[in-house]
Amino acid sequence: MGQQIDVNHLNIYYGDFLAVEDVNINIAANKVTAFIGPSGCGKSTVLCTLDRMHEITPGAHCTGEVLLEGRDLYAKDVDPVAVRRDIGMVFQRPNPFPTMSIRENVLAGVRLNNRKITKSDADDLVEWALRGANLWNEVKDRLGHPGVGLSGGQQQRLCIARAVAVHPTVLLMDEPCSALDPISTLAVEDLIEELKQDYTIVIVTHNMQQAARIADYTAFFNLKAVGQPGHLEYFADTATMFNNPQNEEAERYVSGHFG
Amino acid sequence: MTSTTRTSERHNDALRRANGAMADRLFKGAAYGSGLLILGLLAAVAVFLLMRAWPAVAGPRSATQEVIASFTGGRFDSFVHYVGPLLFGSVLVAALALAIAFFVSIGIAIFISQYAPRRLAAGLNTVVDLLAAIPSVVYGLWGALVLVPATYPFWDWTAQHLGWIPLFAGPAANPPRTVATVALVLAVMILPIITSMTRDVFMQAPWLHQEAALALGATKWETIKLAVLPFGRSGIISASMLGLGRALGETMAVLMILSPGFGYSFNLLEASKDQTIAANIAAQYAEANNLGVSVLIATGLVLFAITFGVNYAARRLTRKATL
Amino acid sequence: MTTIDHGALLDTQHMIPDIDAFKTSRSTAKARARKDQIMRVLFTATFVVATIPLVSLLWTTVANGAKRLNVGFLTHNMTGVIGGNPTVVGGYGGVLHAIIGTLEITLGAMAISIPIGVMCAVYLIEYAKDGRLAKTIRLLVDVMSGIPSIVAGLFALSLFAIVCGPGTFNGVEGSVALALLMLPTVCKSSEEMLRIVPNELREASLALGVTKQRTITKVVLRTALPGIVSGSILAVARVIGETAPLLMTAGYIVSTNVNLFSGQMTTLPVYVYQEYSKLTANCPPNAGASCVTTIPMERAWSAALVLIVIVLVLNLIGRLVAKICSVSTER
Repeated sequence: MGQQIDVNHLNIYYGDFLAVEDVNINIAANKVTAFIGPSGCGKSTVLCTLDRMHEITPGAHCTGEVLLEGRDLYAKDVDPVAVRRDIGMVFQRPNPFPTMSIRENVLAGVRLNNRKITKSDADDLVEWALRGANLWNEVKDRLGHPGVGLSGGQQQRLCIARAVAVHPTVLLMDEPCSALDPISTLAVEDLIEELKQDYTIVIVTHNMQQAARIADYTAFFNLKAVGQPGHLEYFADTATMFNNPQNEEAERYVSGHFG
Repeated sequence: MTSTTRTSERHNDALRRANGAMADRLFKGAAYGSGLLILGLLAAVAVFLLMRAWPAVAGPRSATQEVIASFTGGRFDSFVHYVGPLLFGSVLVAALALAIAFFVSIGIAIFISQYAPRRLAAGLNTVVDLLAAIPSVVYGLWGALVLVPATYPFWDWTAQHLGWIPLFAGPAANPPRTVATVALVLAVMILPIITSMTRDVFMQAPWLHQEAALALGATKWETIKLAVLPFGRSGIISASMLGLGRALGETMAVLMILSPGFGYSFNLLEASKDQTIAANIAAQYAEANNLGVSVLIATGLVLFAITFGVNYAARRLTRKATL
Repeated sequence: MTTIDHGALLDTQHMIPDIDAFKTSRSTAKARARKDQIMRVLFTATFVVATIPLVSLLWTTVANGAKRLNVGFLTHNMTGVIGGNPTVVGGYGGVLHAIIGTLEITLGAMAISIPIGVMCAVYLIEYAKDGRLAKTIRLLVDVMSGIPSIVAGLFALSLFAIVCGPGTFNGVEGSVALALLMLPTVCKSSEEMLRIVPNELREASLALGVTKQRTITKVVLRTALPGIVSGSILAVARVIGETAPLLMTAGYIVSTNVNLFSGQMTTLPVYVYQEYSKLTANCPPNAGASCVTTIPMERAWSAALVLIVIVLVLNLIGRLVAKICSVSTER
């Protein structure tokens, strides 16, 4: 089952530069929450802090709290590696491991963590994850082929299967469809609809129609001017956001006046 | 296997469970250690050479004098007088080699990067790589047994017709186991180094400038002069210095071809006039006693310092050029 | 020069420039074209000049080396070789001991330099990125690649003289000298290979909750493996022909020594040099036609041919590995 995330007074810095200011948001379990906003407003940055992936950028750090079912991910004794096992991530460009077959890609999370897994368990896991990613029927006859041989949309679903295979509770997606063609995008969107049964999903998207189609809640990030920190401008359920937003900037944005 | 059982199982896992954190730290330590090792290695080279050379520097003067006298057949008995001609020989041979290789290398680099069709350029790159791959002992063998007899008529002609230039004062030695022949072999050996580096620089010359020059009606050569050579200047200089460094340290080819002597002589065509540090170490090493080895290592330390300086300057120049 | 006169006119009298005067005259155009032709010929000639020594060297080595290169030459060492006479077992000695020595010493050098070089590259790319320490290390690696091979030999010699006492000759000593020469090449080529591993793969692995160490060993190094292997092979090809450092560290014997850690060891390049320095072999006055006075040179050429073949084959393998096994990281 998915878990909820509560973000309190989150400030994100790159070195001394304050990139995102004072974010407070409650992300509901087993729902799809979309982050939208103009370029450079920090929505991807906020997404990365939810599983501490921003820490791999030198100098990036943050203050405030990120609570996963009440446990602070930034507490002193928390290992970021363990956080990333609980919270999976799918990236903008599909990035299957080029040295691995489709099957090995799905098992990568388990294998790379040195966990022992029997062959039959592995078979089950591969089938389960690939079915979960709506990819099983397309690749079941060529599991041994390299993962990079698939089409872009298939690669992205393979990456989702790979993330799902380590059994996270939350899936973060950073513009997962921006590098895909419309048909593949549709397949991934359908998949997201299904995945929210089991996972909490947070998705960053540039595409407002996409947010309107798949998200239950939408958060609108904005920045006052270039060089100023980004901030969370307005957060509402998706219907309100796109039909009757109670925020002037958000209305201007969703109606296409800027960004 | 359902996701729910797995999830509940994992709920018991505290987030802090540090699976592999120890391996993580060890690995980082190993990587860091290797980096530091490289850092310390050059210093270690200097320190160990110094330690081993110390008896010759600080030991009883008379013993050192005796050793040096035996090395030089009684001509010198002080270290400075001993290493001076060797240093002179090393620099002379290397500078000559560079002078020969410089223009040829740049010519090849321009030919590969500007004139040759793509197919041919690939073939030429292979030729250059092959030249670099051949072991120096084979160059020495070839130089001594093929080049030495083959070049005598040329050196003889040079001595007779250009003998009024002090450098080529005759008579030319026969067999010409001379500085001139050695420089020729070393030039062939450093050719690939200079060529491959300058070629890379010329390849990077911005095409826009060349296009602009061509559009103004410049000929190919004018374009190269205008838009390629100026761009590659610092690259050419640092490549030449790398080649110089290589030539300064080359041992086998010199050892196998040159007939050595302990003087300061510019007479390139005469044998038994000069010797280089590297070849001298290899030549004297087998017969040297313990103190003799110390003396030789002290000369090696001088060579190390010089090549270090030349290479350091070359690299600093490249770094600056690429930044 | 008409153009300059015209420019002066232009300045003083403020006339509309006469464009025709700027036109290159037919003679200058011809001169320029001629110069262009000359330069083209010159550049082409430099290339021909460079191939002459290569062709001559390869040709003489093959022609002279083939004479004595046979199975016997590859399967015997130099024990029992006296003067120009054939040995009791037949043939005129061989390079078996030198090939074994070369292989062992080079393997030793690989065992030392490849782990350090690759780990140093890992440090530079994965941990240090562009810090000041990293910059210093990169500069020193570059400088180190210019150390003369004889200085590397002297270093190994001094090190072992201080640790094991003066006059020590053994295979490992040679390995240390060669490792010092290989290290910068291995480190630099590995660094290049790690640098081109896309960052997205590291992110993908880290996002799966994989530790940094496993990400590096199982994803980054695995992806860069063909490049690292090929770089290491090319580094080996470079040092396998080194002579001077081995002359003073590994020494020279006529029999086969398989113990890397004790006793002198002959290597192929040293063998070539030693045979060359013998110049000629003695033949007693009553010796028959089977006694060959020029045999040392013939052995030197044959050993040189073996050496060149080994070096070229290694080069070929290195390039093939890079080409065939390279992992496509494009999508």
